[in-house]
Amino acid sequence: MDFNDSPDEAAYREKARVWLAENAAAHRAEHGEPGPTTPEHMAAAKAWQARKAAAGYACITWPAAFGGGGGTPIQSVIFGQEEAKAGVSYGYFTIGLGMCVPTVMAFGDDATKQRFVSPAVKGDEIWCQLFSEPAGGSDVAALRTRAVRDGDEWVINGQKVWTTGAHYSDYGIVLVRTDPDVPKHKGLTMFWIDMRDPAVERRPIHQMSGGRDFNEVYFTDLRIKDSQRLGAVGEGWKVALVTLMNERLAVGGSAGPDYRQVMELARGLPGAQGPALKDQAFRETLADWYVNSQGLKYTRFRTMTALSRGQTPGPESSIGKIISANQLQDLANTAVEAQDEYGVLTDPALAPMEAAFQQSLMWAPGLRIAGGTDEILKNIIAERVLGLPGDVRVDKDVAFKDMPTGR
Amino acid sequence: MDFDYSDDQKFLKDEARKFLAARCPSSVVRGVLDDPGKSYDAGLWRAVAEQGWLGAAIPERFNGLGLGRVELCAIAEELGRALAPIPFASTVYLLAEAVMAHGTETQKAAILPRIAAGQLIGCLATSEGPGVITSSVLQAKVDGGKLTGVKIPVTDGDAADMALVLANESGRPGLFLVDLRAGGVKVETLDSLDPTRGVARLTFDGAVADRLGEAGQGFALVQAILDRAAVLLAFEQLGGADRCLEMAREYALGRYAFGRVIAGYQAIKHKLADMYVRNEVARSNAYYAAWALNVDAPELPTAAAAARIAASDAFWFASKESVQVHGGMGFTWDVDCHLYYRRSRQLSLVAGAPKLWKERLVSELEKKNAA
Repeated sequence: MDFNDSPDEAAYREKARVWLAENAAAHRAEHGEPGPTTPEHMAAAKAWQARKAAAGYACITWPAAFGGGGGTPIQSVIFGQEEAKAGVSYGYFTIGLGMCVPTVMAFGDDATKQRFVSPAVKGDEIWCQLFSEPAGGSDVAALRTRAVRDGDEWVINGQKVWTTGAHYSDYGIVLVRTDPDVPKHKGLTMFWIDMRDPAVERRPIHQMSGGRDFNEVYFTDLRIKDSQRLGAVGEGWKVALVTLMNERLAVGGSAGPDYRQVMELARGLPGAQGPALKDQAFRETLADWYVNSQGLKYTRFRTMTALSRGQTPGPESSIGKIISANQLQDLANTAVEAQDEYGVLTDPALAPMEAAFQQSLMWAPGLRIAGGTDEILKNIIAERVLGLPGDVRVDKDVAFKDMPTGR
Repeated sequence: MDFDYSDDQKFLKDEARKFLAARCPSSVVRGVLDDPGKSYDAGLWRAVAEQGWLGAAIPERFNGLGLGRVELCAIAEELGRALAPIPFASTVYLLAEAVMAHGTETQKAAILPRIAAGQLIGCLATSEGPGVITSSVLQAKVDGGKLTGVKIPVTDGDAADMALVLANESGRPGLFLVDLRAGGVKVETLDSLDPTRGVARLTFDGAVADRLGEAGQGFALVQAILDRAAVLLAFEQLGGADRCLEMAREYALGRYAFGRVIAGYQAIKHKLADMYVRNEVARSNAYYAAWALNVDAPELPTAAAAARIAASDAFWFASKESVQVHGGMGFTWDVDCHLYYRRSRQLSLVAGAPKLWKERLVSELEKKNAA
């Protein structure tokens, strides 16, 4: 039991380090460090992606014929670790390359794959995933956006929601209802669409956290070709499962303060009896967070070990978001309460650690929902890992149009 | 990255599981539970000695197998899973590890071969009453090489041949090896939460005491010994927690209520998923601690504390919720749930309760951050 790379892995890591040191410096010299969400930030992200693709470090496990690196999963993990250390990383491509383009690769025809895969790998084009709807979140298959066939075309009307990156994406994969007369899972079909079509309207959602990171997307008589179909008509759910299988990997861990920052905060914070860090209840909670954080860290190491041995990783990585999202919420709240009345302040110039805890407090509820709610993730562990039966499905044999609905 | 059991270690673990399935079914555990005169299963103890497990981590020059600590962790996981009613932890994780780490060559030569051969059972005697033992409450004392005082409770004290005793000598706390067969000791068996593990009161009146390690370092030695034992105990806890989840799952899949198996209800599914999550957190922390123990890493104190906290939490949660999933059946003497519930308490209370380890962990983190 150790944490060492195999000789091959060590060689790969060294090569990646050397490449990153040179190229991160060159990249910074050229692009600086533009603020998030600016056009300059996007330009820098695309340039970095292109630089990686040229060197075989983009989509490391994909075939070289599609612009990938032709490498192994463990190489991909190693490069990701080194890239994070080099401090250059952009989130724009995660959903497209993690979920959408793999779906295109699995279900698109040759012409479609030739047209789209390589530009996505190089960062020329960004993709988003359009599944969730106001009437279908955890129950995605209850979605209502309708596609009606018209000769060699389809006409799409309806609304998607919580679409990450819709406002900067060039293309998207969209799951729509093509047959309301059959049960819900059977009447769905997947297509790719051009997000810049005038029939696609994108509106940012104002979140409880105050930010606008996600979108609603409205389709009004969007006309697309039948050749944009991914998989057979009525087989959309099967296609979506392939996309969603990749989601847990793509959504991954949480950014935000961890036990170290709370410890740092509590060290300097006056409590009723000395520094907050000396409060016994606080110390016990801190120990629990540390244990959970370490648990997740070493669970990732176990997954890496399986990859390193050329095995399929076990299901243990499924515990990640359930723990990290809940812990972020608890940790942020404890840190805010430790500030006592001052904890209400959200001005980064006033609140400790530039208001990181106040921001996390307001962001964490979204994290517990995005990419599978706590409840859905527990269902997944129960059903896929522990082999327990699925829930009773009262809508299983009912035509979609006859399903009871709320608002 | 090689952060898992190796193929050889997995093989050893599989063999241990098969061996214990044959030699330590729940009837053996219950044989100790239901017999007040029995503090451990002597047949299983001999069989385990024959397997070489008692000397697994003892060097070959002392007649052990000379394997690593990760191998010992693999065995511990299986012993915990099987609820083995034997003084393995007291003898191997505490006495043998303490002597290997802190003993003189003479002490090692006198004690380790006897442990490896299954001829010597050990125990650790620190507590003298309710609450945490500290220098201000420590009463036992050694004077002219003779020990007087009362230790209660002492896990496996009624079966043990030798005790590691915390006592003052010239007003300074030390740790002493005491031969319990050499006179000057009264042993009384006591009732406990987990009757499948023996507990005693040891009353010393002039027993011969041989100091282990440096004089005046009793508490530091105990902590160092517990750091090592905590890792191995965490694997026993993990094994127990895994078995609780399996039992709850099997029961839920076979029990019908309201026209379908209860395993289909989210209240049960989510409970089992919660167990799974805690068990995996415990497993990952335990693996890290196994690495630290095996290579004697400076991270051992934090790693051991994290492993013990996570494993105590996982086993407690799994054992109590397994009773709950079993419903009324789970509350009966005849269903095994309570055996795990009892053992989860025994393992959390022996070697320092989780609250102490949380404090130790945070103190270590403070030191690390200050450095």
